Amino acid sequence: MQFKEKIIEKTFLLIALSSISILALITFFIFEEGFPLILKIGLKAFLLGEKWIPSKGLFGIFPMIMSSFWVTFGALLLGIPLGLACTIFLSELIPPSVGILLRPAMQLLAAIPSVIYGFWGLIVLIPLIQNYLGGPGLSILAGSLVLSFMILPTIITISEDSLKALPPSYKAGALALGATHWQTIWRVLIPAAKSGIVASIILGMGRAIGETMAMIMILGNAVKMPTSFLDSARTLTTNIGIEMGYASGDHRQALFATGIVLFFIIMALNTLAIFLSRRRAH
Amino acid sequence: MRFNRTRYLTQGIAKFLIWMAALSTIAVMILILFQILREGLPVLNLHFFLNSPKNMGREGGIFSTIIGTFALTGVAILVGAPLGVGTAIFLREYTRESKISRIIRFGTDCLAGVPSIIFGLFGFVFFVIRLNMGWSILSGGLTLAAMILPTIISTSEESIRAIPPSYREVSYSLGGTKWQTITRVILPSALPGIFTGILLSVGRSIGETAAVILTAGSSLVMPTSLVSPIRTMAVHFYILAREGISKDMAYGTGATLILLVLIINMIAQWLIGRYIRHRT
Repeated sequence: MQFKEKIIEKTFLLIALSSISILALITFFIFEEGFPLILKIGLKAFLLGEKWIPSKGLFGIFPMIMSSFWVTFGALLLGIPLGLACTIFLSELIPPSVGILLRPAMQLLAAIPSVIYGFWGLIVLIPLIQNYLGGPGLSILAGSLVLSFMILPTIITISEDSLKALPPSYKAGALALGATHWQTIWRVLIPAAKSGIVASIILGMGRAIGETMAMIMILGNAVKMPTSFLDSARTLTTNIGIEMGYASGDHRQALFATGIVLFFIIMALNTLAIFLSRRRAH
Repeated sequence: MRFNRTRYLTQGIAKFLIWMAALSTIAVMILILFQILREGLPVLNLHFFLNSPKNMGREGGIFSTIIGTFALTGVAILVGAPLGVGTAIFLREYTRESKISRIIRFGTDCLAGVPSIIFGLFGFVFFVIRLNMGWSILSGGLTLAAMILPTIISTSEESIRAIPPSYREVSYSLGGTKWQTITRVILPSALPGIFTGILLSVGRSIGETAAVILTAGSSLVMPTSLVSPIRTMAVHFYILAREGISKDMAYGTGATLILLVLIINMIAQWLIGRYIRHRT
C-alpha cells in the first residue's frame, strides 16, 4: 500500500514537471536552431543591422525590433486607458442588472480568434485609414488599433483580480471618511492595486509583441524603419510567420534567431509581471 | 459647499467617461462579430458544411477543414488535459508551498505568456523535424497540447481549491488512501471546473493559427491517419482572406469559426458562473 502510494506520488510529480520541461525544451530548440546564425554574423550585425535580404545573406532585424515597439506602444496608448476603464466599470460601476449581460460580453473579447480580428482590420479599418488619412492603409496605426482590443482581456482580468483581492476595509474606510465613490476608486483602490495593474499591463504588452497572424494581415509587411504611424511595417513575429513557410538553411536559422530575440523580450516581461504579482500576494 | 460640488462634478464626469469607454468596447466587439456574421451566415448551409474545398477553396465547402480542426483539437485535449489536471492535483494535494511548487508555478506562468508563433517554431523543429512526425495532426496536436496546458492547470487548480477541506477529512477519516480520496472525492467534485478549462482550451485550439500552420501544415487533402497533414478552419480562413481566394468562402468559414467559439465560450461562462464562483 505504502509502496503503491509512493509510486503514484512520483507519477504526479513527473506530470507536474511537464510545463517547466516544455519551457526548457522550447528554450533549448529555439537556441539550438537560431544561435549558430547569430554567432556566424555577429550579435551586433544581427540586432542592429538595418538590411534584411535573405538572398544576399543579410540578416539585420533592427527595423523589425523598432516596428514591434511602435506597434506595441500604439496598442498600449489606447489599450491602457480602455482597459483600466473597463476594469473600473466591471468591478465598481456595473449595476447587477446589466452586469449579467455585459460581463459575459466583455469576456467574449478573449474568445475571438486573432485571425478574425485581423480580417476585421483588413476589411474595415484599412479602407477607413486609406480614405481619411491616406497612404496604403496597411499600417502601424491599423495594427495598433486592432491590438489595443486584443490585449484588453489580459489587462482587464488581471487588474480586476487585483482589485478584488483588496481588503473590503479599504473601500469602507475611504467612504466612511467622506470620500466620494470616485475619490475612493481613484485615490485608494487603484493605488492599492497598483502592482497588479502594472503586471496586467506588462502581460498585455507581451501579448501585443507576440501577436502574429492578425498583424501579418494588416501591417503590410514591408521591411523598413518606421517613421510614422501610417507606415507599413514588419514586426519580429510577422517576419517569422511570413517567411517560415519557405525558408531553409541560413535563412531559416535567421528566423529562429528572430524567435530568440522575441523569446528574450517575452521572458523578461513575464518574469517582471510574475515578480510584481507575487509582491502583491505577500 | 463649492468644494463639495466640484467633487461630485468630477465624479459625474469620470463615471460618464468610464461608461462610454466600456460601452464602446462592447460596441466594437459586437460590430466585429456582426460584420462577419452578416456576410457569412448567408453562405452557411448543409452543402457548405458537408463538402470539402474544391479549386483551392474557391468552391465546395469546408468539410475536410472541420475534420482537421476536430482531429487536432482532440489530440491536444487528450494529451493536454491529463497533464494539466495531474499538475493541478500535484500542486494542490501533494505539496504545500515549496521550492518545487514554485518552480512549477513559474514554468506554468511563463508558458502562459509564450506567443503562439514561438510554440509554432518549437513544434516545427521538435515534432515535425526532430521526431520526424512531419506536418501532421500529431505534430499540431502535441504543439497545441503544450499551449493549452497553462489554462487547464489554472482552471483545474482553481476548482480543486474550491473543494471544502471537510471533503478530504471525511474521506481520510473513513480510512481512504490518498489515491482513493483523489479519484473518488477530489476529481468528481472538481469535474465541472475541469470541464470548463477543457472547453476554454477547445475554443483556443479551434481559433489558433500561427502555431498550427507551422506544425500541421495547410494541406486540403482529407486526413486518413494521425500523421496526415491537415488544414484547420482557422488556417483555411486565414489563407482565403489573405490570398484573396474567395471572399464568400472566407466569410462563411469565419462565421462558422465565430459561431463555434461563441457557443463553446458561452457554455464555459455558464459553467463558471454555476459551479466555481458560487462556491468560492
